[in-house]
Amino acid sequence: MSTAYSWTWKRPSVIPGFGVTFGFALTYLSLIVLIPLAALIVRSTSLGWAEFWHLAFDPRTLAALRVSFVTALIAAVINSVFGLVLAWVLVRYRFPGKRLIDSMIDLPFALPTAVAGIALSTLYAPNAWVGGLLAPYDIKIAYTPVGIVVALIFIGLPFAVRTVEPVLADLDKELEEAAATLGARRLQTVLRVVLPQLVPAILTGFALALARGIGEYGSVVFIAGNIPFVSEIAPLLIVIRLEEFNYGAATAVAALMLMISFAMLLTINLIQAWSRRRFGHAV
Amino acid sequence: MRKQFDRYPALHGVSLDIRSGELIALLGPSGSGKTTLLRLIAGLEWPTTGSIFFGGDDASGMDVQERNVGFVFQSYALFKHMTVADNIGFGLRVRPRSSRPPTAEIRRRASALLDLVQLSGLENRFPAQLSGGQRQRVALARALAIEPRVLLLDEPFGALDAKVRRELRQWLRELHDKTGHTTVFVTHDQEEALELADRVVVMSQGRIEQVGTPDEIYDRPNSPFVFSFIGEASELPVTVANGRVSIDGQAIDLGAAGAADGPARLLMRPNGIDVVDERPGTIAGDVVAVRRSGGWRRVELLIGAGRHRVEVELPIDGAQALSERLHILPRHWQLYPSEAS
Amino acid sequence: MQSEGRHHTVAPATSESTPMRGTLIAIALIFFALFLLLPLVLVFTEALRAGLPGFIKAINEPDALAAIRLTLLVAAISVPANMVFGIAAAWAIAKYEFKGKSFVITLIDLPFSVSPVIAGLVYVLLFGAQGYFGGWLSNHNIEIIFALPGIVLATMFVTFPFVARELIPLMQEQGTGDEEAALSLGASGFKTFLYVTLPNVKWALLYGVLLCNARAMGEFGAVAVVSGKIRGFTNTMPLHVEILYNEYAFTAAFAVASLLAMLALLTLAVKALLEWRYGDQSAAGSGRH
Repeated sequence: MSTAYSWTWKRPSVIPGFGVTFGFALTYLSLIVLIPLAALIVRSTSLGWAEFWHLAFDPRTLAALRVSFVTALIAAVINSVFGLVLAWVLVRYRFPGKRLIDSMIDLPFALPTAVAGIALSTLYAPNAWVGGLLAPYDIKIAYTPVGIVVALIFIGLPFAVRTVEPVLADLDKELEEAAATLGARRLQTVLRVVLPQLVPAILTGFALALARGIGEYGSVVFIAGNIPFVSEIAPLLIVIRLEEFNYGAATAVAALMLMISFAMLLTINLIQAWSRRRFGHAV
Repeated sequence: MRKQFDRYPALHGVSLDIRSGELIALLGPSGSGKTTLLRLIAGLEWPTTGSIFFGGDDASGMDVQERNVGFVFQSYALFKHMTVADNIGFGLRVRPRSSRPPTAEIRRRASALLDLVQLSGLENRFPAQLSGGQRQRVALARALAIEPRVLLLDEPFGALDAKVRRELRQWLRELHDKTGHTTVFVTHDQEEALELADRVVVMSQGRIEQVGTPDEIYDRPNSPFVFSFIGEASELPVTVANGRVSIDGQAIDLGAAGAADGPARLLMRPNGIDVVDERPGTIAGDVVAVRRSGGWRRVELLIGAGRHRVEVELPIDGAQALSERLHILPRHWQLYPSEAS
Repeated sequence: MQSEGRHHTVAPATSESTPMRGTLIAIALIFFALFLLLPLVLVFTEALRAGLPGFIKAINEPDALAAIRLTLLVAAISVPANMVFGIAAAWAIAKYEFKGKSFVITLIDLPFSVSPVIAGLVYVLLFGAQGYFGGWLSNHNIEIIFALPGIVLATMFVTFPFVARELIPLMQEQGTGDEEAALSLGASGFKTFLYVTLPNVKWALLYGVLLCNARAMGEFGAVAVVSGKIRGFTNTMPLHVEILYNEYAFTAAFAVASLLAMLALLTLAVKALLEWRYGDQSAAGSGRH
C-alpha cells in the first residue's frame, strides 16, 4: 500500500475510536492471555536449566508427550483425508440430508469436550454399539491409544472440513474444464489441478487439528484409559502433577507443550504466507 | 442441434458448418447462446438432440478429452500452481504413456510455443507474475500445444483493456494465418468480429440469425436484428406498394423492386444517409439535436407524424447550413417486411 | 444443469462418474455417522435410558442444580466480557491500517492453540497457594483458585477469541466506506458504530456470542484445573458430568450432558438458520475455532 504521505506505525484515518478500542483490546489481551502465559514461561525459566531438563525429559513425561503427539498426528492425517472427502461431497454433490450434515460438522466446536468424551468412550467401549461390533475380532478401541485417536478425530474434524470447504467452493470450474479439454482424465485433473490448489488449505486444517489435538484434554481422558507410558497424554500429566502439588513438573511439561504450540502457530502462518505468495490469497 | 438447460432452451435448431482452416466468429448479445455453442463443440456440454461432426467423424459420443480441441477460456484458466512451461506442457504430460513425448521434448515444445506467442524466456514464471495480455497468450499456447483439431476461444479479449485488445486482435489474425488452425471465437463486440473473422455467425436468442463474410453481414444483413446489432441503425416504418416505398403517404425515391407489398421497416445507418436539397421523393425531418462526435457531426432528426428518430452523420466541415429542417435520402439501406402484429 | 442426452456414455468434464460419486458420498456418510452422529445420538438415548422421570430426577437434584447455576453464572460474566473485547478488537483491527496487525491477530488466536489444561495452570501459577500472588491473596482472604473468579478467568482465556474471530474477517471485508459516509453526514463515532457498523455485523456477532457461550458453558480442561471440583460449590456442569460418570451414575451423567448437547445443537441450529436466511455473508464461520 502506498500513500502520498508517510506514516510510521498507523495510517491516519478519519474514523474515530482507535485509541480506545485498541487500548482496551490490548489491555484485555494482556491481562487474560499474555501475562498469564508469560508467568508460565518465567516460572519455567526460574526452575534452572538442570532442573527443567530433569523434569521435562523424565521418561514418563516424554512418553506422555509422545502419546499426545503421535495420536494427534494420526488423527490429523485421518481427518485431512476424510475431511477432504466430506468437504468435496458437501461442496460438489447434491444428496438428501446434505444441509443437515453440513451444519453438524461444527458440532465438535459447540459440544463440550467432556460430553464428547463420555459419549465416545461409551460408544466405542467393548460392550457398546460400535465397540461391540469390533469386540469379536479382538479389536479394542476405548481405553487404548486407538481410543485417543478416535476422540481426536472427533475434535479435529471441523478444522479439516472447514478450511478446505470455502477454497474448494471458490475454485474456478474453468480450471477443470481447461484440464479436460487438454486431454486430462478426471483422476489426472483432480490430482494435478484440483488438489494442488487445495494443498495450503489441507495443510492449514492439518496443522490446526494437530495443534488442537496435542493439547486436547476433556474428550480424551474418558476414552484413553490413562495408563502411564501407554495411553497417558501430556495434558493429563500436567493435571496429575498439579494434584500432587508438584508445580515444577507441571510447569515444565506445560512449557514444553507451549513451545510445541508456538511452533505449530508459526507453521500455520508460514503456510498462509506461502499460499498468499503462490495463489494470491490466504486460506 | 438443440440444447436445453432444465426447461430453458439455450439453443434451438442450430446448424453450422465450419470449414477447415477458417477463422470464424460467433457474434451475439449475452444470452444469445454463442458460448453454449462453443462449449457444445468442445464437449463441455452435450446437445439435447443433434450431433457434432469433426470432418467425417461423429464427435457427439466423444468425451471432451477425446475431442482434441484447444479451448481458451475467458478467464484463461491458467493453473496457478504451475509455471508457464508446465501449463503449456500439461496437455502433453497427461497423455497415456504410449503417446506421451519424453520430458525434454515437452519442454522443447513449450519453449517453441512460447516463441510463437512472443513470450520467449518466460518459461519459469508463474501466472500470477504475468500481465493480462501475457496470460492470454500463454493460454493460447497451452491450447495449441495439444495440436488441436479446432481452436475455440471464449471472449478472447474480454478481460483486456482497449489498447492491448487491439494489439492482440491483430496478432491473433497473424498467428492464425501462420498456423492455419480452424478457429472459432466468441465475442459480443461486432467490430472485433468484423475485423478478425473470415466468416461471422450472428446469433440471437439461441438461434443463428445469419452466417456470412464480414462484408455480407455488414452490407446485406438479413434481418432488422442483424442490421442493428452489427452497427448503429435508425428505423422508419414505411409502406411498399408496387416496388415503391412511401412514408406517411409521401413517396420516397428508393427503388424497391421485388419487395413485397405491405408495411415494411426501412433501416439505415447514420453514415449511410445523405442530406439533399428539398425535392419530392426525399424524407423531411426536424432537427432536434446536433452533437459533435469525434471527427463527425451527429444530427438527430424527428421524422413524420410518428416523430421517428433518425441519426445522420455529417462531415464537420460540411457546407450544409444546419437549418431547422433537413431533407435526407438513405444511400445504404435495407427493407424488411413488418412482422404481423 | 441437465446432462442427460442421447449420448449417455460421455463422461462429465468436471465431475466424477456416478459410481465414484456414490462411493465418496457413502464414505463421507459413514465417517460422519461414526464420529459425529452416533456419539450425539448416544448422549440422548443414554440420558433417557431410565425414561423421562429418571431424566428429570437426575437434573432436579441439588448438586446438579448448583452446577447448572454456577455454569450460567460463569457464562453470564465471561461471555459479555469477551463480546466487548471482540467488538473492540475487531474495530481496531478491521477499520485501521497499522503495522504488526497480523501479529496482533496471531496473539488473539493464541488460546485456540494452547491446551486448556495450560490455560488453567497459568492461573494456578499466578493465584494459587504457591503462585506469584498466592501469599498476598491469602493474607487478604481473597479466593481466586478453587473459587468462582478462577473459573471465570480460565473460561475467559479459553473462549477469548470466539467473538473477535467471527467479526474480524467480516469487518475487514466490509471496509470503511460505510463508516466514512456516516461520519461525513455528521454522525458521531459512537452513533456510526451503533447505526452503521453494528447492523452490518449483527449476525456474525450473534453467532460468535453463541459459540462463545456454548464453549464457556462446556469448558472442561481449564476449569477442571482451577475449580477444585467442590460439589455444590465449584462444580460446573461439565465437571459434574465427569464426577457422575466416574461414579458409574451413567444415566445421570448423560442427563446433565444432554443439556449441554442441546445447547450445542441450538447453537448450530441458529447458525444454520442465519446462513440459510442471510447467505454466506452473514454468519459464515471462518472455520477457525
